[in-house]
This record gives sequence, structure tokens and C-alpha cells, in this order.
Amino acid sequence: MLGKLSLSAIPYHNPIIMGGVAFMALVALAVLGAITYYRKWGYLWHEWLRSVDHKKIGVMYIILALVMLLRGFIDAMMMRSQQAVAVGSSHGYLPPEHFDQIFSAHGTIMIFFMAMPFLVGLMNIAIPLQIGARDVAFPFMNSVSLWLTVVSAMLVMVSLAIGDFSQAGWTGYPPLSELAHSPGTGVDYWIWAIQISGIGSLMTGINFMVTIFKMRAPGMSLMKMPVFAWTALCTNVLMVLAFPVLTVTLALLTLDRYLGMHFFTAAMGGNLMMYTNLFWVWGHPEVYILILPAFGVFSEVVATFSGKRLFSYVSMVWATIAIALLSFTVWLHHFFTMGADANVNAVFGISTMIIAIPTGVKIFNWLFTMYQGRVRFTTPMLWTLGFIITFVIGGMTGVLLALPPADFVLHNSELLVAHFHNMLIPGALFGYFAGLTYWFPKAFGFRLDERWGRRAFWGWLIGFYLAFMPLYVLGLMGMPRRLDHYANPAYQPYLEIALVGALFILGGIISQVVQLVVSIRHRGETRDLTGDPWDGRTLEWSVASPPPFYNFARIPAVHSRDAFTEMKAQGRAYERPDRYEDIHMPKDTGAGFGIGLLAFAFGFAMIWYIWWLAGVSALGILALVVAHASRDENEYVVSADQVARTQNRRYRQLAAVSVVDTGGDDDHRIAAGA
Amino acid sequence: MTVPVPTGNRLRRRLGALLALAAPALLAGCTPNLALLNPAGPIGAHEKTVLLVAFGLMLLVVVPVIVMTAWFAWHYRASNKKAKYRPYWDFDWKIDLVVWTVPALIVIALGVLSWKTTHELSPYRPLADSEKPVQVEAVAMDWKWLFIYPRQHIATVNQVVFPANRPVSFKLTSDAVTTAFFIPRLGTQIYAMPGMRTKLHLLADKTGTFVGRNFQLNGRGYSDMRFKAVATTPAKYRRWLGKVRNSGQALTAKTLKRLEKPRVHKGIIHYASVSPHLFRHVIEQFQTARASANDSNS
Repeated sequence: MLGKLSLSAIPYHNPIIMGGVAFMALVALAVLGAITYYRKWGYLWHEWLRSVDHKKIGVMYIILALVMLLRGFIDAMMMRSQQAVAVGSSHGYLPPEHFDQIFSAHGTIMIFFMAMPFLVGLMNIAIPLQIGARDVAFPFMNSVSLWLTVVSAMLVMVSLAIGDFSQAGWTGYPPLSELAHSPGTGVDYWIWAIQISGIGSLMTGINFMVTIFKMRAPGMSLMKMPVFAWTALCTNVLMVLAFPVLTVTLALLTLDRYLGMHFFTAAMGGNLMMYTNLFWVWGHPEVYILILPAFGVFSEVVATFSGKRLFSYVSMVWATIAIALLSFTVWLHHFFTMGADANVNAVFGISTMIIAIPTGVKIFNWLFTMYQGRVRFTTPMLWTLGFIITFVIGGMTGVLLALPPADFVLHNSELLVAHFHNMLIPGALFGYFAGLTYWFPKAFGFRLDERWGRRAFWGWLIGFYLAFMPLYVLGLMGMPRRLDHYANPAYQPYLEIALVGALFILGGIISQVVQLVVSIRHRGETRDLTGDPWDGRTLEWSVASPPPFYNFARIPAVHSRDAFTEMKAQGRAYERPDRYEDIHMPKDTGAGFGIGLLAFAFGFAMIWYIWWLAGVSALGILALVVAHASRDENEYVVSADQVARTQNRRYRQLAAVSVVDTGGDDDHRIAAGA
Repeated sequence: MTVPVPTGNRLRRRLGALLALAAPALLAGCTPNLALLNPAGPIGAHEKTVLLVAFGLMLLVVVPVIVMTAWFAWHYRASNKKAKYRPYWDFDWKIDLVVWTVPALIVIALGVLSWKTTHELSPYRPLADSEKPVQVEAVAMDWKWLFIYPRQHIATVNQVVFPANRPVSFKLTSDAVTTAFFIPRLGTQIYAMPGMRTKLHLLADKTGTFVGRNFQLNGRGYSDMRFKAVATTPAKYRRWLGKVRNSGQALTAKTLKRLEKPRVHKGIIHYASVSPHLFRHVIEQFQTARASANDSNS
């Protein structure tokens, strides 16, 4: 009836885990209690859980990302504190089977449940607005993607309380991840969490690729798109091409574990090297899936806050395309030490270094965007500057690792850990933070507090250097990654510095929490009444903050790259149309949320071998999809009158802050036009 | 460097100063703790050179970028009304040419370095030396290292001894899951994988005891999977061989079974005799259709 599940799956005996579970339970209870107390269940269901509005879906993605960032960071703190003390005869406070789960969870969470939701959230908020669209191409599928991602993250969270998580690292290399060496449910949690969210990511990729190709405003040719739209496009193409590889690879590993097959086992003709290849055929493009959208954010931020056009847009676009294409040609650099022929290693080493060329071009383009500009040091700009300076150091160590002879001594060392954190923290995370600060007023109608934003930035930046520069040194000392304890006392001072760095980052994170609270409390002072708080250059700044649910009352016509800057220069930015038209919008639906819940049940059932539940939930998903697809009415009409009323409110607000002239009693004039 | 900015000369001088500062910092890194910068053999030394040359080449781009970032951001700050402001300037083909070609040139230089050294330092490439290499077969186990000397018919656990200044030719495999064999001060890491054989050639040009260990996560005992690599004099090496031969214990099928149990073993064991085919058997156990560790549970 319950498969492998029994009460013994709950780790009562481990006070650290139970403490974590209790904390999680308390937070969950507090949130649920608050929703009940304030009678917000109806609001939550109707306005959020059922929503297919890309802006709300984006916000929910980012909430997920921030929650999972906290979880992943707690894991990081545990690893840092363990390694700071576990020297010589001391084995620290974490036994290896627990420590191994922590770093496996940390990697899995940060990649799949922090970075991915964060970038997808930013795309959701910004892309339709940037390209002048009213929603994404497939709003319902967007909702399904969101809920698949959320429930996968919940599976990882549940693994804390029921059973355990994988101890095979976030990459799950077989044969370590095969049943013979990992007999517990940990690897199965890892497989199903990634598998379900991976399908969500694939659907996101399809969705946004189609959105960007098919739904741009008239006149916005590809080469007139904002750079963020370009990087998002390349990211989504990569998702569509790469995620199926991950899906299949995990499916083969699943067959090995569940049906005793031998795709990746050491024996019976299995080929474990094939897994490593396939994993990185997805894994390396994944790195660029994470980083390209952040590059897009930096491009928007640096142009906006330098008050200047982006330098050499065409180079920037081609550099992005080149990076996306090259990302598929370098996967072997993740395992130069596997014993491949020197020709093979050399070719992959060189193809890896070639990526440094378009990346270098991008860096110089950002620099020359600031050159002869008027740079405003807002927090998004600080994140960008911190990124450029830090990222080039990571790029340099990346090229070192791309040289096979250097990689032979650096592979699997703490230097590798330092390198990829040096790419992903400034390269991806700082970009997401910049994007969050940049688009926050667009999504919520008020700006984030600058003072606490600056504190957060310095906490993260100083913390980053203190936490990861010592790891470079440790790599040169010959310290491997993933050690739960070590004999060499010379490592310890560096690991202590790294712990101090993690504490600085903690300070940064606390500042971000305070920033959010302070910003909400003082939202009256930072309210964005014009919709254009930063003197923006692209279409999202032409609408109100937050935008009406239909985004654009009239789809704007685009003539140049910085469409909104041009409109402002020509005085057309806040032009009032003569008349409004009816707008067709997609209907909200609870089906996406339902599919998510059923996917959670399915994943949980598969992990614990509860076959009847797996069957029922799989059928349930199928039934919901069929039922939803059979609906006669997917859209509803927003009347021109309603649009006119909403827009008139907007124009009154603009007039109040003297952006446009008051045009007398225009409610009637406009409404009549319908 | 060659980036055409108005004050390029001043920039160039500052860069020179920075490079001068960076160089001694690098050389000062040769403290005994920095294993990779303090190699004890030609492979490690060559790899260190590759590392430093590539590092130096890349500083040619990295340092200007860092300087330019700070300088541009500060000089063109919004409050500096004296700085030039050209909001519509967004292209200059000369700059574009430079930003594509300078990184490309550096990558070409690194590419040549990469091609050459990847071949020179291929772990499979035997070392040219007048003396015949010492043959060692290494088997990664959960969680200890077994070393077999096929010519001498002896075996050890967690200790590998060889004469300095004579090449050592390793053949490697794993009895359980994928691992990585690495003696940081001698250079070059290589995977040891179940059912497969990899090769590695090393040489120590000074005597000493070096830490070697598994670098690839392989379960609970991973952190303790260390061994001692001892480079010694030919005389002491011969004496050591004699000592192992007289240690009494033989590595039989039965002792192997015990050794194979997934357990951390930190101590050194000597085996006076061993089957010359043991290494092959470890590999072939995965090729027989019969039960192997991987099938027993599924």
C-alpha cells in the first residue's frame, strides 16, 4: 500500500535534520495560519494560483527562487562551518552521509530551484512587456511549467523530513548513483525532482521561444529587439535543445535503478562514461542557460544607467549567438581526466577557450557603453560593476581549466569549486539581483530601498571574495572538493576565512530581507507613478507600474532599437490613442495548479514505489490535460470601455505628476470612441 | 594595452606597474604548502609552467578590463559634468575590431600552447628515460588503494614506493565506482573506472613522501581515501621490496574478498605475494555476465 514508505523513513534520531524540519514546519504553519487569519485563501486561489498572467507567474517563480536561495544558502553555511572545524582527528559535526547529502542538495537546489526559477521569473516579468505583447504564446502551459517547478522543489524539501536526499553529488555520476551503491531513496528524490522540473523547463523554453519569434510588436524586427530579449531567446533555444538530453539521460538511469537495466552500470555492457558525456551535453549549455539572461540584464542596466545606447549592439547579438552555439561543443572539458586521446582533449580545450572571445567582446561592449556616458550608481549598476570585475577573474581561471594539462592538476579540486562559483555568483546571481531591482518597480509599482540594496551588494561582494579566493589557494594546495574532513592542518586557516566570507554573504542576504520589508513599509515614498522610474529605454517602461493585466491598451509600433527612448525623444511616449478596442485575454484556470499537485503525488509515489498512487496521479494528469484541452472558451473579452477606464486612470496619474497635460474631462471622449 | 582610449599611455604605465606587482606575488607562492606550485617531478613542473604562462597571458586582458571598469565608471559618473557625454554614440569599428581581435589573438596563443602541451603531457605518453619504468597497477577500492607490482609479485595497500628519477608507469582501474588518482606534487590526475583500464606515467625527481588521494567522490569513505607515494633511492627501494616480500601475508582470493568490503581502511598493508593476473581479474569481473556488485540488488 505504501511501497517502501514507513515511519522509519523519518530521521528522528538526527537532531540537526529534525531541527531543520521543525523550522520548515513552523514557517509553513505560520504562512498558512496568516493566510487563514487574514482570510486570503480566496484571493490567493483566484488571483495567484489560477493565474495565467505572465507577470504574476514571474513573481511566483521569483518567490520560489528566493525561498530556495535561503535553503541552498543554509546548506552552504553548514558545509563552510563543517570544513572550518573538521581537521585532523576532528570529524566536525556532520557525518559523511549527511555532508554528502548537503552538497548534493546545495548544487541541485541552486541550479534547478534557485537559478532556473529566478531567470524564468525575470523572463516572465520582462519579455512580453519588452516585445510589446499581451502575454506569452501559451499562457496555460506557462502555468503548468511554474507548478511543475514548484512541486519539484517541494520534493527536495520533503526529502529532508521523509527519507534522505542523494549522496552522489548534484551530477549523480553512475555507478555511484546506481542502486548497488546508492540503495536508498535519496537518488530517486534527486531523479524525480530534476525530471519533473526539467519537463517544466522544456515547456518554458518552447513557450518563450515561440513568444519571442511570433509575438513581437509590429516593426520590431529581430535586430531591433532589446538585448535581454535576445539573450532570453538564445537561452530558450538552448533549453529546447538541451533539456531533452537530460530527460532521456535521467530516464535511462531510472530504468537502471527501477527495472534492473544496464545503461550506465559498470557491468553487463553498461557504459558509465556515456552518462558523463550525456549529462554534460546538457550540463554545459545549462551553464549558458543560467548566464545568458543575466548578460541580458547587465546589457539593459548598463545602457539605462549610463543614459546611453548600448555599444555595438550587433556585436553583442552575434556574441550571444556564438556563445549559444559554442556551448554545445565543449562538454568534454568537464572530464579531461577520463583518459581520452590527446587530440580529443586538445580539440575540446581549444573550443572551450574560443568561448572566451565572444564573452570578452561582451565585457568590452559594456565598458564602452559606460564610456562617455552618464553613469548613475544605483544598485542594479553596482551589481553590474561588481559582476564585470569579479567575472573576468572567474573567466581567467576558466581558461586555465580549459587547458587540459592545467586541468589535469586542477580538476575536482577546490579551485574548480572556486571557479564555477566565480562564474555563477557574479555572472548569474548578481545579474538576477540586478534584474530584480531593475524590474521590481515595474512588477509592484514601487522601488526597492537603495540604502539596504547597497548594503546587500557590499555584503555579497566582500563575502564572495572572502569565501572563494581562499578556495583558489586551497586548490593550488591540492585540496579536493567535497571533503567532509581532512588531515592537512594547512587547509584550515583558508577554510576559516571562507567561513567568514559566508557570514558576510549572510549579512548581504539579511540586508536583502530588510530591504524588502523597508521597501514595502515605505512604498508610499518610492511609488513609481510614471511607469518609468529609471529613464528606461525599452517598451516595458512605456506602460504603468504595475502594468494593467493586458499590458498594452494598444500594441505599440516600433521603429528603432531603444523604442521607448525614441518615443520620448519624439514626444510620442504618452500619446493618447483616439479610441480603444476590445482585447482578448486568456482565461485563468486551476488546471495548471492541479497538474502540479498530481505531478507531486506522482513523483512522491515513484520515489517510494507506491505504484497505485503513481498510476492514479499519472491518469489524473492525463485527464486534466484532456479536460483543459477540451474547453470551448479559452479567452474572454475585455471591453473597450473597461480598457478606456483603466487607461484614463493612468493618464490622470501621469497628469498628476506632470508627465502629460490634463486633457479636461476625457473619460467620456475616449469611451465614446469604443 | 592596445585598446584605443584617449589616455592609453597612462593606462599602459599603470598596467605595467600592476603586472610588476603581480609577478612576485605569484613566485612567492612557492611555499611548500602550495603543492601544485611546488612540484616534485617534471610532469608537475611542466604543468605548473603551463598554468603560469596561461595565467600571465590572460592578465593582458583581465587587468585592463578591471582598470577600465573602475576608471570608466568613475570618470563618467553622472555627477561629473565635465566628462564628455554622447548619448547616441554606439559604434566605432576600430574599437569593435580591437575587442574581437585582442581576445582572439590571446586565444590563438593559448590554443597553440594547449595543442602542444596537451600532447606532450598526455598521461598515456611514456616518459623518455634511459631506465626502464617501474610498473605499478593501481586498484581503487571502497575506500582504500591497492597497488600491485606485477613484476615483483607483491602488493600493498595505501602505499606506493618507487625510486626517484625513474619513471613509474601506472595502470589503473576501480573495483567499485569511478575514482580519480592524483598525487598533487607529481602532477596529472587520471580517473580509475570499474571495468576499464587507464594509464598514467609519472616521475619524481626528488626523494620524499607525497600525499596521494582519490579526487572523485565515491561515497562515505571518500575523505579518508588517501595513500602515501614514496620516492626513494634505488637502494632503499630494493630494501623495501625485500621487506614486503618477507612480510608473510599473501593476497589470495580470500584476502581480496575481505579487502573488497566497502570499509574505510587508513593503514598500510603489505602482501608478500599476489597473483600476476589479479589486475586483469578486477577488470574482467565486470565483463562476465554473472553477478557483479552492480546487479546484486536490482
